Amino acid sequence: MIAEVGLAALWLATALAILQLVAGVLGLKTSDARMAAFSTYARQAAVVQAFLAVLSFGLLLWAFAITDLSIKLVATNSHSMKPLIYKLTGTWGNHEGSMLLWVAVLALSGGLLAGLERRLQERTMSATLAVQGFVALGFYAFLLLSSNPFERLPIPAFEGSGLNPLLQDIGLAIHPPTLYVGYVGLSVAFSLAMGALTTKQVTPDFAKVMRPWVLFAWVFLTLGITAGSYWAYYELGWGGWWFWDPVENASLMPWLAATALLHSVSVLAARDALRTWTIMLGVLAFSMSMLGTFLVRSGVLTSVHAFAVDPERGTFILVLLGLYIGGSLAIFAVRASSIAEGKRFSATSREGALVFNNVMLSAILAIVLLGTLYPLLTEAFDVRVSVGPPYFNPAGAIFAVPMFLVMAVGPLLRWKNDKPARIKVELVLIASILIGAVVLIAVLGDYSVLAVLGLALSVALGAAAFLPLRGRKIGRTPLSTWGMIMAHLGVAVSLFGMASESAFTQERLAAVAPGTTEEIAGWTVTLDSVDPVAGPNWTAIEARLSASRNGGEAISLTPQARNFWAPSQATSESALITRWDGQLYAVIGDTAGIDAEGNQRWQLRIWWKPFVTFIWYGGLLISLGGILAIIGRVRVDLRRRRAVQLGNERRADQAALEETASPPKAEPEPV
Amino acid sequence: MRTIFFIPLALFLFFAGLAGYMLTQEKDQTVASAMIDKSLPEFNLEPAYDGLPGASRRDFIGGEPKLLNVWASWCLPCIAEAPQLETLKERGVEIIGIAIRDKPEDVANFLARHGNPYTRIGADDISALQIEIGAAGVPETFVIDGDGNIRYQHIGDIRENDVPKLLQILEDVR
Amino acid sequence: MRWLIAFLFAMQAIPALAQDALPPAPYAYKQLDDPALEAKATALMETLRCLRCQSQSINDSDAPMAGDMRHQVRSRILAGEDPEDVRVWLIERYGDYVSYQPEVSSTTWPLFAVPIALILLALLVLFGRLGRRHKNGDA
Repeated sequence: MIAEVGLAALWLATALAILQLVAGVLGLKTSDARMAAFSTYARQAAVVQAFLAVLSFGLLLWAFAITDLSIKLVATNSHSMKPLIYKLTGTWGNHEGSMLLWVAVLALSGGLLAGLERRLQERTMSATLAVQGFVALGFYAFLLLSSNPFERLPIPAFEGSGLNPLLQDIGLAIHPPTLYVGYVGLSVAFSLAMGALTTKQVTPDFAKVMRPWVLFAWVFLTLGITAGSYWAYYELGWGGWWFWDPVENASLMPWLAATALLHSVSVLAARDALRTWTIMLGVLAFSMSMLGTFLVRSGVLTSVHAFAVDPERGTFILVLLGLYIGGSLAIFAVRASSIAEGKRFSATSREGALVFNNVMLSAILAIVLLGTLYPLLTEAFDVRVSVGPPYFNPAGAIFAVPMFLVMAVGPLLRWKNDKPARIKVELVLIASILIGAVVLIAVLGDYSVLAVLGLALSVALGAAAFLPLRGRKIGRTPLSTWGMIMAHLGVAVSLFGMASESAFTQERLAAVAPGTTEEIAGWTVTLDSVDPVAGPNWTAIEARLSASRNGGEAISLTPQARNFWAPSQATSESALITRWDGQLYAVIGDTAGIDAEGNQRWQLRIWWKPFVTFIWYGGLLISLGGILAIIGRVRVDLRRRRAVQLGNERRADQAALEETASPPKAEPEPV
Repeated sequence: MRTIFFIPLALFLFFAGLAGYMLTQEKDQTVASAMIDKSLPEFNLEPAYDGLPGASRRDFIGGEPKLLNVWASWCLPCIAEAPQLETLKERGVEIIGIAIRDKPEDVANFLARHGNPYTRIGADDISALQIEIGAAGVPETFVIDGDGNIRYQHIGDIRENDVPKLLQILEDVR
Repeated sequence: MRWLIAFLFAMQAIPALAQDALPPAPYAYKQLDDPALEAKATALMETLRCLRCQSQSINDSDAPMAGDMRHQVRSRILAGEDPEDVRVWLIERYGDYVSYQPEVSSTTWPLFAVPIALILLALLVLFGRLGRRHKNGDA
C-alpha cells in the first residue's frame, strides 16, 4: 500500500503542478477579470502540491525504515541488518530517492512561497508561480517517466543488497540533501527572477522578497560544501580536503554564483541598482545547480566516479536543462534591454566595491566552469587532457586576490558615493597588516607565493571584518550587519586554514612493525598493536597507536582499514586528534612485508596539519553569518509589517470615528 | 535589444550541443599509450617463474613481429583472453608475456589452469616496464616489429573478433 | 559528493587485497630521506593523475599502479632528475592526460587564452559600469 499511495500522491502533485502553471500564466492576463480570478488557484495548487510531494517522500522514508523489500528501490539499496539511521539516510543515497527528495523540497519551497509571501505584486507572483510550476513539472516527469522510486518487484526480494558502505557515514548521509536544499532554494530565486523579468518589476521590493531565499539557499550550499569537504578529508585517508575534481566543482559553481547573487540582490534592495545583473545572476545560479546535477548524473564528464550514471537520465536532465536554462536565457536576451539599469553610483562607493567583487566572482566561476568542461570539449576531438589544482589555483587566484582586497575595504564605504580619504585610518591599518604579514612570513621560511598571499590576506581580512563596527554602538548594530561581519570573518578564517594547511603540513609515511615509534612535528607516535576487529556489517584491521605531544600524556588512536561485506567494499577510517592549532591525522594501510626480526610490518601514514580545522570552522562561520542575516532581515520585515498594520488600523479607527472620510483602501503594504 | 545579452544564450547553446553530442558517444575510458611508433625501451626482466626464461628488449629484435602481452594471474579479464592468446599462438605468433606484480607460484598455477601461450615471461614486480611503454592497465597487448618498435596497442582483453585484426597488423608491420 | 571518487578508489582497493602477498615497490609508501627531495617529489606527485582511478592524483591513491608510479617519481628524483623532466617523461608515455598541469599546446591554448580574455572583459565591464558613472557623478 505504501508504494501505491506514494505514487498516487506524486501523480496528484504533478497534476497540481500543471494547474499551478496554467493558473499562473492566466494570472498574467489582468485585462480579463475571470482569468485573473482563476489565477488564485496557483497559490492553492502550490500549497497542496507541497503537502502531497512531502507525503510521497515521507512514505518512501517509511518504506526504507521498515525495509519493505517488495519495493525495488529498497531491495537494491538497503539491507535489513543495517542500523536504522542508515536505513533512513539510504532513502536519498540513490538516484530515485534523491530526486524525490529534491522534488519534495522544491514543492515545499513553492508552497511556502505561495502561502506566506504577500509583499510581491500579484502579477509578478503569478508569473513566479507559473515558472515554479514549470520547473517542478519537469522533475515530476523525470521521476514518473524514467526513475519511479515506488516501482514494485514482481516477487519481493529475500534480502536487500545493501547500501554503498561509503554512505554509511553520518557526514555523508547529511551532505547531499544539504546541497539539494541549496539547489532548490536557488530554483525559487530563479522563479522569482523570471517572474520579475516577465512583468518588468525588477524593483527593491522584489529584491527584498528574493533575498531571504537566496540567503537560505546560500547557507545550505555553504554547509553542504563544508560538510562534503570535511567528509572527503577524513574518509579518503590521504588528508586532502579539496581536489578540484568535476563533482566538487559542480557544487562549488552554484555557490560562487549564489554568493554573487546575494550581494547583487542586496544592492538592488538597498539602492535600486544592478537590476539586470541580479536577474542574470539569478538565472546563472540555478543554471549552475542544474549543470552540476547533469554532470554528476549523466556521466558525460567523469563516468568513472559519477553517481547513478545513466545516459538516458543524462538525456532527460539535458532536455530539462535546455528548457529551463535555454528558455530563460532566451527570455533574458530578449527582455533584459527593456529593464532600466537602475540608480547610478560612483566607483568609490559600496555599490562600486560590490560590482567589482561580483565581476571577480563571476570570473572565478568562469575559470572553474572552463577547467571543468574543457576535458569534455577535447574528448569530442578524441584528445584526453587533465585539468587540476596546478591550473585552478593560480588561475583562480588572479581574480581572488583583488577580490579579497576589495572585500576588506568595501563594507567600510558608504552607498552611492564616498571619498577614500574618509576611511584613511582603516585603509592604512589594513595595508600595514597585509604588508607586515607578507614580510613576516617571507622571513620565516620559504613558502609558495599563493600560500604567503593567502596567509597575509586572511590576517588582513580577519581584522578588516570587524572594522565596520567602528563608530557604531555595539548593542544597536543591526543583526544583518553582524551577519555580514560573521560571514566575512568566516572567509578569512577559512582562507587562513587553507593557506596554513598547504604551507605547513608535515607528512610521515612509514612501514613499521608494532612497537616502533615515529616522530612528527613534536608528536611521538607509537604503533602498539594491529588487530582484526568486526562491526555490524564489516570487518577491519585496527591499529592501536599512542600519540603524545612534546612528551605529554599519550592519547590513543585507532585508525582502521575496513572491509564491508554487503556490498563488498574497502574503506579506510582515519583517526584524528584535534588541537586548537591543528590536527594529527593517522591512517593504517596494507601490510608491508616482514622486517629484519621477522615481524609483520604495516603501512602507517601520519600527518600534522596546522590549523586545518579552520577551513571548516570558517565554513560554519559563513553559514552562521547567513543565518544571522536571515533572522535580522525577517525581524525587521515583521516589525515593519506590524507597524504598517497598526498604522492602517489606527487610520481605519480614525476614519470610522470621523465618519466623513472614505474607508481606507486595502493598499499593498509598503515595505 | 542589445547583442551583449545574447552572449550567455550562445554560450549555453554551445555547451548543450556539446553535451548532447557527448551523450551519444561511446564513452572511451581507456588511456592510450603515447609510445606507439617509438622504440621499445631497454629492459631486462627476470623470469616470472621457473618454467620459462625472462624477457628483455633483445628478444624482440630480428625475425617476425611479436606480441608483448602485459598480464597478471590476479587479473580476471586475463582469463577471458587466454583462449584468444592460444589461437594466436597456434597461428604461429610469438607472444612474450610481462607478468605484473605477480608471484611465481601464482603464475605457474594460472598457466597450468588456463594454458601457456608464451615463449618467455618477464616479471615486472613494480610495473616499471608497464609504465615505460605507457600501459595503464592489465591486460594490454602491444605489437612490436622486428626492429624493436612499438607499432600497435590493444587495450583490455583480446576478444575473438580482435584476433583477425591483430594477425593483420602483425602481417602489416613485417 | 566526494564519495563518488571514494567509491572508485575503494573499488581499486579490492584487487589490491587479492595481491597483497607481493610487497609494494620500495618507494611507493616510503619517503625519501632528504626532506628537500621529498618535498619536490610530493609537489610533483600531487599533480600527476592516477591512471587506474582517473580522478585522483597518484599522491592520494591506494591503487597499486599509483604506488608503482610514486616509486618511479621518487627514485628518479633521488637520482637527481628535475621534477619537470619526470613529468615530461610520463607525458611521453601517457600523453597530456597523466598531468593535471596543462601545458600550453595546440590542444590546450583556450585554457590560457580564456583567463586573459576574462581579465580584459572584467576590466571592460568595470570601466563601463564604474568609470562612466564616475563622470556623471550622482545622476
